[in-house]
Amino acid sequence: MEGAHLKVSDLACRRGDRVLFRGLSFDLAPGGALQVRGANGTGKSSLLRIVAGLLRPFAGKVEFAGSVSLLDGNLPLDEHLPLGKALAFWARIDGANEALDAPGLNVLSDVPVRYLSTGQRKRAAIVQSAPKPGGLWLLDEPLNGLDAAAAKWLVGRVSEHCAGGGLALIASHQPFGLGDLTPLDIVDYAP
Amino acid sequence: MSVFATLLRRDLALAFGGGRRGGAVLPVLFFLAVAMLFPFAVGPDPVPLSRAGGGIVWVAALLAAILPLDRLFAPDFEQGFLDQFALRGISEEAVAAVRLLSHWLSFGPPLMLATLPAAALLGLDGETVATLEWGLLAGTPGLAAIGLMIAALTLTLRAGAALAGLMLVPLAVPLLIFGAGALSTGGDAGIALTAAISLLLCALTPFAAGAAIRAAREG
Repeated sequence: MEGAHLKVSDLACRRGDRVLFRGLSFDLAPGGALQVRGANGTGKSSLLRIVAGLLRPFAGKVEFAGSVSLLDGNLPLDEHLPLGKALAFWARIDGANEALDAPGLNVLSDVPVRYLSTGQRKRAAIVQSAPKPGGLWLLDEPLNGLDAAAAKWLVGRVSEHCAGGGLALIASHQPFGLGDLTPLDIVDYAP
Repeated sequence: MSVFATLLRRDLALAFGGGRRGGAVLPVLFFLAVAMLFPFAVGPDPVPLSRAGGGIVWVAALLAAILPLDRLFAPDFEQGFLDQFALRGISEEAVAAVRLLSHWLSFGPPLMLATLPAAALLGLDGETVATLEWGLLAGTPGLAAIGLMIAALTLTLRAGAALAGLMLVPLAVPLLIFGAGALSTGGDAGIALTAAISLLLCALTPFAAGAAIRAAREG
């Protein structure tokens, strides 16, 4: 089966009365990964949210036929529920089997989400946002709050996903240790 | 299990299970508290109490509808639930429709149940209680729908909770006029009109709330 391409053409983003970037175009083939780089407030997160279809672009368009997953700073899990049950809700929505495959998470299955540490919350969010095979995985500052071992595990997850024909779009101001990563400096598209 | 059943189950568990939405218990207690305060303020004379009692119950129901407003959408919006639903192709309208159903279930029937002790406190007779219960059955879906719409519209506002309460009051006046009006006229026409307004509001709300959620993302 032919995997889906991500085609972004002539994208512009406006927040309030400020244009963050314009004329942004790129093409990502199946198996490709792209890192959006730039300082805080330059529009990395907005770009990801536009690609996800959550924000309307000021100009331009995004074409992608496939499932999209987003990992951002939020943890969409019910805080009072044990981690296992909170993740099981999303597994039921996705019609998938729940898998607590992040290192150190399976022992936390019975712990309410609100008791998790920053790094554990981030790992739970990564599990929650796990993409479908061949889908597009949007990662917004994915390394925030992760220790070295967990960061390495995440890079492994992303490279596995791309090896299986999936796409990844990573917004981060710090280096992401993935071998085959196309850089995209958002400053180049500032107005 | 279908996606909608899964959503409804989570909503109901949050409403009744003492989850973060504070549950269905708080509005009911507030409703009873208002009904209990009136005899203290007006005096124990049963004649004015039983005459005004039906209206008092309606006002108490309207005030109780304000309490859950800030927990209807705001936590899900801030925690990214609504974003994740959208990514999975579940439309905002569908999320709002499911939430309307769960909100009414956690608000309407408990209030109708609490009307019985409230009616006893106010010394209402059986006929008035029956008209009141039918009126609440017809009116509470409308109150729930107005609340849901306002909760979605005030998502990005700082003082959303206080403003939402103020916005609900004038919008709920038609329901109050026909619902409480049925008590004095004793006819079914008032209840039928209340039900008609409720139906209209329930049909409109998923679309209004869905559009409001999408607009809130841009904000």
